[in-house]
Amino acid sequence: MPITPSIKRDYLVNLAKQGKRADGREFNEYRKIEIETGVISKAEGSAKVKIGNTQVLAGIKMDIGEPYPDTPNEGVMMTAAELIPLASPDFEAGPPDKKSIELARVVDRGIRESKIVDVEKLCIVPREKVWMIFIDIHILDYDGNLFDAASLAALAALETTKVPIESERFKSLLKKLQEKFPTIEKYLNDHPKDFSLPLSEPPISCTSVKFNDVIAMDPSLDEEEIAETRLTVATDKNGHIRAMQKGLSGSFTKEEIKKVIKASIDNGKKIREKLYKSVGK
Amino acid sequence: MKPEVKLFENGKRLDGRKPHDLRKIKIEVGVLHRAEGSCYLEWGGNKVIAAVYGPREAVPRHTQNPLKAIVNARYNMAAFSVDDRKRPGPDRRSTEISKVISEALAHVILVERFPRASIDVSIEILDAEAGTRCAGITAAAIALVDAGIPMKDIPVACAAGKIEGQIVLDLGKEEDNLGDADLPVAISPRTGEVLLLQMDGHLTQEEFEKAFDLAVKGCHTVSELQKKAILEKYGSMPEAE
Repeated sequence: MPITPSIKRDYLVNLAKQGKRADGREFNEYRKIEIETGVISKAEGSAKVKIGNTQVLAGIKMDIGEPYPDTPNEGVMMTAAELIPLASPDFEAGPPDKKSIELARVVDRGIRESKIVDVEKLCIVPREKVWMIFIDIHILDYDGNLFDAASLAALAALETTKVPIESERFKSLLKKLQEKFPTIEKYLNDHPKDFSLPLSEPPISCTSVKFNDVIAMDPSLDEEEIAETRLTVATDKNGHIRAMQKGLSGSFTKEEIKKVIKASIDNGKKIREKLYKSVGK
Repeated sequence: MKPEVKLFENGKRLDGRKPHDLRKIKIEVGVLHRAEGSCYLEWGGNKVIAAVYGPREAVPRHTQNPLKAIVNARYNMAAFSVDDRKRPGPDRRSTEISKVISEALAHVILVERFPRASIDVSIEILDAEAGTRCAGITAAAIALVDAGIPMKDIPVACAAGKIEGQIVLDLGKEEDNLGDADLPVAISPRTGEVLLLQMDGHLTQEEFEKAFDLAVKGCHTVSELQKKAILEKYGSMPEAE
């Protein structure tokens, strides 16, 4: 282990032995979470999420395109994350690296597999034209726990997204398509106005790390750097588990996993309330 | 091309401004935790965030200059910052803008003090509505101050242009798309040195002079806002000698 992390490790481990964290939090306590929506006027939906010093911005753009051949009646969703050099001295410019691809995929999976977006309602002409949702995640300030911040930002942005069917751009695009696909008329009659995305109850992701036999939720950057293993648990409003992902080379015992799940349900509930409050639900 | 939209009505522009008015500017200094210096700036509908890292060892090493620091500005547009989603990553336009901004900033930074180092400036355009490069330079300059990078002056940028035959300050979105000329200018306000100058469109010599003077005037107005924002964070101005 390089010098600096090993000094940090000693410091954090010694604190943990006294039952403390460097920033004074309890081990199952999140940093302060702030959610601000509608921050980007050019985006169809947007949200800025702060967890402590970590800041993430998610923006949603909508377009009309072709569906995948294996899901001809479903809208298309794409998630991309950019770990831009603005956010950390360690992030470099260039094409997406492993870390940003993992982040984008974990966020994407959380939304896709839990079927938060009812993609079948985003079909305009089966096999031909569907709505495409682009979720772009911009990391602004990196101080640990990007997974939770990025997932939460994406959810809040989706919640506030309005499909701009009344905009000049989509009006003329749909009109042109109508010549080729006359069935669009019914779709247009059913959707006369800008509409919100068809969304269901979102599961909330909570991440914990383990170092030297202590488990810390919402790891700060320092804690992340010394973590032996990591577990992300997504839970829904009924307290059921919807997704899990373990990372890094260390291990958990069954008891530890049960503890993490319990804490994730408790924190997930609080975070969900915050999310709903921020989007006016 | 004849504009379909009237850019002027009763001496007022589309957004209600008079010819020599700036859009509204809001500046926040030191908004990021990790960066050594940072600035969030709203200029009309533009939202820009700039961060500075360094001086630090320039990598890869062959980019190092044994006599001075290199200045790497990176202008990047968020995918959701424009009407039609932009593919993430650099394109030809942003690469060019990054280059001219780096060069403009390098002129005022005391680069000789940091041989072999790089000073990295990230400029992220989060919401775009005409004039992003001027907003970017203006924000980057404040982020450099916030990072404590020694400079001869605080650079500042502003554009002027021509719409329907009239010279106006700080083009808005429709004016940029439908207008006759756009002239972004960055200066060192203390000396008046021109650090960045670009033009597209069509201007007579006389019009150029008028537009240039107007852009410089705009720069000085924005410069005052920069200083005000910095003083708000860092206290009072040292007594004039």
